[in-house]
Amino acid sequence: MMDFAGAYAPAHLKFLLQGFLVTLEVAFISIVLSFIFGIVIGVIRYTKIPVLSQLLAVLVETIRNLPLLLIIFFTYFALPEVGLKLDKLYAAISALVIFESAMLSEIVRSGLQSIDKGQIEAARSSGLTYGQTLWYIILPQALRRMVPPIVSQFISLLKDTSLAIVISLPELMNHAQIINGRNVNFVIPIFILVAFMYFIVNYSLSLVSRRLEYRQR
Amino acid sequence: MLRFSILVEHWDLYMQGFGHTIKASVLALIGSLALGTIIAIFRIAPIRPLNWIGTAYVEFIRNIPLVLIVFVFFMGLPAVGIRFDSFTAGTLGLMVYTAAFIAEAIRSGIQAVPKGQMEAARSSGLTYLQAMRYVILPQAVKIVIPPLGNQFINLVKNSSVLGVIAGLDLMYYGDLISSKTFVTFDVYIFVALFYLVLTIPLSLGVGYLERRLLKAR
Repeated sequence: MMDFAGAYAPAHLKFLLQGFLVTLEVAFISIVLSFIFGIVIGVIRYTKIPVLSQLLAVLVETIRNLPLLLIIFFTYFALPEVGLKLDKLYAAISALVIFESAMLSEIVRSGLQSIDKGQIEAARSSGLTYGQTLWYIILPQALRRMVPPIVSQFISLLKDTSLAIVISLPELMNHAQIINGRNVNFVIPIFILVAFMYFIVNYSLSLVSRRLEYRQR
Repeated sequence: MLRFSILVEHWDLYMQGFGHTIKASVLALIGSLALGTIIAIFRIAPIRPLNWIGTAYVEFIRNIPLVLIVFVFFMGLPAVGIRFDSFTAGTLGLMVYTAAFIAEAIRSGIQAVPKGQMEAARSSGLTYLQAMRYVILPQAVKIVIPPLGNQFINLVKNSSVLGVIAGLDLMYYGDLISSKTFVTFDVYIFVALFYLVLTIPLSLGVGYLERRLLKAR
């Protein structure tokens, strides 16, 4: 049996929207922080700063090859054991930032590498230092190319916030499950609604990303 | 220092989880390859309604969280009387989710084969299906293999979502061992190592294939 009217009671809709706001908030904060870390790591690896670059390579590869769910478990359940206690929100954001910074650093690195080497040579021979070349010539061009993959990564991030259900972060999936717990007839109607909430936001983002990609050609 | 005694004493439990993670990943891979191929064919076949179905599947599934899809199999379908055990529900969820990404990989691989190939094959008397089977697909396979490899890596990592529904995988056994030993940090470090044992060789393999393909072009 499905009880659409009961499932979509105003109080439930409000509760779901509250959850969705937390989802969006967590996703937004995480992507901004990850972007900053991603650029730093990506630039260090691109410029091949000795030792640091190799160390980061190992770290990035390890993190990229682990499930995000495990990292969330780790920041919330395991870190307190070594004296670092984070509340749900910070544990979720830290886990997402750790994982996404590794992902974004790879996007940044390949964006930088896609810029023609001739650009560096030209800039250097017209008197710019290496740092200036990177800042004024390479980064601005690379950033434009990075926008579409970063938007896709943001879509994954938005979906991945739902994994924080394992630490009962009060995001959309968590609130959906709380409503589902009240009456088994709410389950399917709620899942349909929640799926559309994620879909509408993510699909709009993917259309934006596609437009940007198209414009760059 | 890591307490390796935990690993030794609970080796059997770790192995059970490891086995289930591999089993879920392989089963979901086989299922999603089959489903993904069908959807890719739907998307490129010269029949409009099929195109719409294929596109709708890919766009919808790609833009909603995996956790939600797994919950649909675990709680949604049982609400209307279709029941699965948690391992099956998780594996089916993984399959449905991954199929959308595999379909996209296959579609873009097929479309990367120059158009002239199809035209030449068709004008030398082959039917559409024959041209696909003997001319287009053999060329597309080479292009598709690296992105499929990446999807398999994601699949292995995503299989951790079984842990959310007590699906007997590594995450689930990690949880079990940590509640037995009251240790979280060390237990999950070992869980992480088990994932890396699977994903790092896969990543290296995919990287190797990508480089070889790049050279062949």
